[in-house]
Amino acid sequence: MKGSPGGILAAYRHIDSATEAIGALKKSGYDDFTVYSPTPNEEILEAVAHPVSPVRLWTLFGGLTGLVTGFAMTMWMSYDYAIVVGGKPIGSVIPYIIIMFELTILFGALSTLVGLAFHAWSTNQRGPFDGRFSDDHIGIFVPCPVERRPAVEQLLTAAGATEVKVEIG
Amino acid sequence: MATTAPPEGMPASQPTYADVTRDVAATLGNPTKGYYGLLAFVVTILLVGVGALLYQIRMGLGVAGYTPPVMWGVYITTFVFWVGIAHSGTLISAILFLFRSAWRTAVYRTAEAMTVFAVMTAGLFPLIHVGRLWYAYWLIPYPNQRMLWVNFKSPLVWDMFAIGTYFIVSTCFLILGLIPDIAAIRDKATGWRKKLYTITALNWRGTDQQWRHYTRAYLYLAALATPLVLSVHSVVSWDFAVSIVPGWHATIFAPYFVAGAIYSGVALVITLLIPLRRVFKVERYITTDHFENLSKLLLLTGMIVGYAYVVEYFMAWYSGNTFERASFWNRAFGDYWWATWTMIICNGFLPFLLWFKKIRRCIPALLVISLFVNLGMWFERFVIIVVSLSFEYEPYAMGHYTPTWVEWAILSGSFAWFFMWFLLFAKNFPTVSITEVKEIIPMPRKRAS
Repeated sequence: MKGSPGGILAAYRHIDSATEAIGALKKSGYDDFTVYSPTPNEEILEAVAHPVSPVRLWTLFGGLTGLVTGFAMTMWMSYDYAIVVGGKPIGSVIPYIIIMFELTILFGALSTLVGLAFHAWSTNQRGPFDGRFSDDHIGIFVPCPVERRPAVEQLLTAAGATEVKVEIG
Repeated sequence: MATTAPPEGMPASQPTYADVTRDVAATLGNPTKGYYGLLAFVVTILLVGVGALLYQIRMGLGVAGYTPPVMWGVYITTFVFWVGIAHSGTLISAILFLFRSAWRTAVYRTAEAMTVFAVMTAGLFPLIHVGRLWYAYWLIPYPNQRMLWVNFKSPLVWDMFAIGTYFIVSTCFLILGLIPDIAAIRDKATGWRKKLYTITALNWRGTDQQWRHYTRAYLYLAALATPLVLSVHSVVSWDFAVSIVPGWHATIFAPYFVAGAIYSGVALVITLLIPLRRVFKVERYITTDHFENLSKLLLLTGMIVGYAYVVEYFMAWYSGNTFERASFWNRAFGDYWWATWTMIICNGFLPFLLWFKKIRRCIPALLVISLFVNLGMWFERFVIIVVSLSFEYEPYAMGHYTPTWVEWAILSGSFAWFFMWFLLFAKNFPTVSITEVKEIIPMPRKRAS
């Protein structure tokens, strides 16, 4: 991949081999490695031990923004063009709840996507990729300087990698 | 996103991850002559519908069969029908996801795509119905020279917000689920498809960071889509329930409409999946067990719909309201008795067949039942809308509405529009979720092997 750092890329067939490699890497003090997998996997996410995704905050604030927008928009527009319809009060909150609800969902969903794009695509995990990692293999890429590569290569091979190769950055 | 139990109906020879990618990628091969023939057929029907619409625009709404007091006819009936169809997609993709229902993984993509195309179809009908569709943007609250704002107390505006939100959220949900699958196909594809999937996969690489955020986003979208799906058809039902027309002014309408929507949507999912799994040779993934589970959903919602029919008649009698009683008597024995009895037989009696396991597991029988359910559900909306409007309070104001060829042509065109999008989707994007089917297959282990 263009602009990717140099390091060691390993491919695994077995989930327990991959989690063993992740554990060994963490024990050896590596924490900026990348794990590729064809599906989200609880065991991998547990081994990597990331904190909970901040996307939930985007959902929360997006939803609240939608709620406030729904209330403010309906009330302001009703009073800005104040005309009595069907004998109802100018600002009738009960029917406006429908608009507030829909905008809560809409803004919540859209801000979730923006949050996802912001966090998942702005990642600095720019290591090399192999087509097998979206099919049936798990990949681990460890960016490291030349002098540390033999040790990392040995560690990844010992865990049961089916292939280990050096990536020149 | 994790669902750990193996899916019901997964064959003893469980597919590997590589099998899943290969089998689903194979569905996207070069289209056959049969595919092009079918596509040409639906496009022809669509052109007939477009021609009828242009004729209506040229001549005015007089060419539709509207006769006072029936000023809502086939267009609003079809609008409610397609909005209803959309509902089962979100039920299967979002609600069953939250319940960790493993069997949904193989069928949810088709249901979700169906949802998006059904909403796209439904959205056309209010525009067609109002006649001057180029003024449809008046429903949007935008700053304008006359300082007019929309009337937020109107169900028409509620509809615009509800269906607009539903379309955007269900499209986002469909696209989000597709991204990892497109990435898997991208890494196998060649030629122009490789280019298409490289662009549409949005540089997805399945890193631990991407999955970390993706799984949470998917969960929250499912959590948002769940109340949304229940609200949308409730809002559509209030188009009727907030008025004082006999046969419409009932508090049961929201749950009754939601159940009916899921009922018709599940029926169309069955109708689509039966030929799809055969043509795409994915019987290994979409098994008879999946159809049995869908049939159980059909049975459940069919029972709720049947119960709602009984309650409607009971309340008309029990209320002692002369107009309600007359309206419901007219439904069963008036001018439109044939529509009412089609609806009752298809939706009230036919689902009882699904109590039998043999029928739930018989694919040809399910295909026939699902087609009749959809016929019945279209007539249900026709009965609620047209028959109620034709028989209100004053005998001198009663009228009879007969749809014209223009309305039938536009109705046929709407089916063609839906199937055109579905056919294009099915041949270019995975109709079986690669990622989620893989998720329910245990990853190989060194120790086990």
